Amino acid sequence: MGNSSPARLFFALVAGGFFGAGLFVSGMTDTAKVQGWLDVFGAWDPTLAFVMGGAMIPMALAWLFARGKTRAALGTPLPPQPGTQIDRKLVIGSVLFGIGWGLAGLCPGPSIASLSYGGAGLYVFVAAMLTGMFVAPALRRRLDKPVPAE
Amino acid sequence: MPIDWIWGLIGGLLIGTGGAVYLLVNGRIMGASGIIGALVDGSAGDSKWERIAFLAGVILLPILLLPLYGGAVDTHITENIPVLVAAGLLVGIGTRLANGCTSGHGVCGMSRLSLRGFVATCCYILAGGVGVVIFRHLLGVI
Repeated sequence: MGNSSPARLFFALVAGGFFGAGLFVSGMTDTAKVQGWLDVFGAWDPTLAFVMGGAMIPMALAWLFARGKTRAALGTPLPPQPGTQIDRKLVIGSVLFGIGWGLAGLCPGPSIASLSYGGAGLYVFVAAMLTGMFVAPALRRRLDKPVPAE
Repeated sequence: MPIDWIWGLIGGLLIGTGGAVYLLVNGRIMGASGIIGALVDGSAGDSKWERIAFLAGVILLPILLLPLYGGAVDTHITENIPVLVAAGLLVGIGTRLANGCTSGHGVCGMSRLSLRGFVATCCYILAGGVGVVIFRHLLGVI
């Protein structure tokens, strides 16, 4: 299986390790810091902007390095150019995600990174998130249908 | 507190390095919701083990780092079960409808100047900000 070669699994583990370590040391698994960033009328906490900005530096360099190349180091074709279509799924989905993100102060990455220390409440959140991800394809198909004419 | 900002920046650089490795070595975009979601809805195909290996790394490193922080970190997560259920469902459904979250659309998308990444990020930050104002300051549920 080309997609589960030892090298591929090893580097996926390494990439995940960087991601998990970064979420941990940045404080992004602390729901109060995330909600503190979203709460512009409270005690505003700018940490999240530093995390986002910091993360985009190596990532932008990686995209520059990938420019003109067609394959990644392990032979997989690199992702195609990003789409430009702004559709209902993108906007509605992002708004729903944002509301949930604000409510609990958790997005998918930190919810997984804090699995070992997040406690019972986190398991409730993750179980609900996985349920949402399970039912999402059916909702996606409904939103794919064209809007009925007036 | 500036020390938090510095750790934020260091953590961000680590997150971006993970994304760079996943892109340049594995040829994949590091989006947490996509990596998890495809395992849940069965669309992962033969990339299943690659996704599981990635998530294992995400879980493992905090376990290894935790002793340096005295063995415990307070995540200040709410104990309100209905809020946790509603938030989890919204995050799960929303990220899979939008095909991305803070990592995929935010970190990976905006750093390649993706229009969809910018639009998604504006939408979830605005909705999150308005949500916190409504649920915290007006309704007092969080």
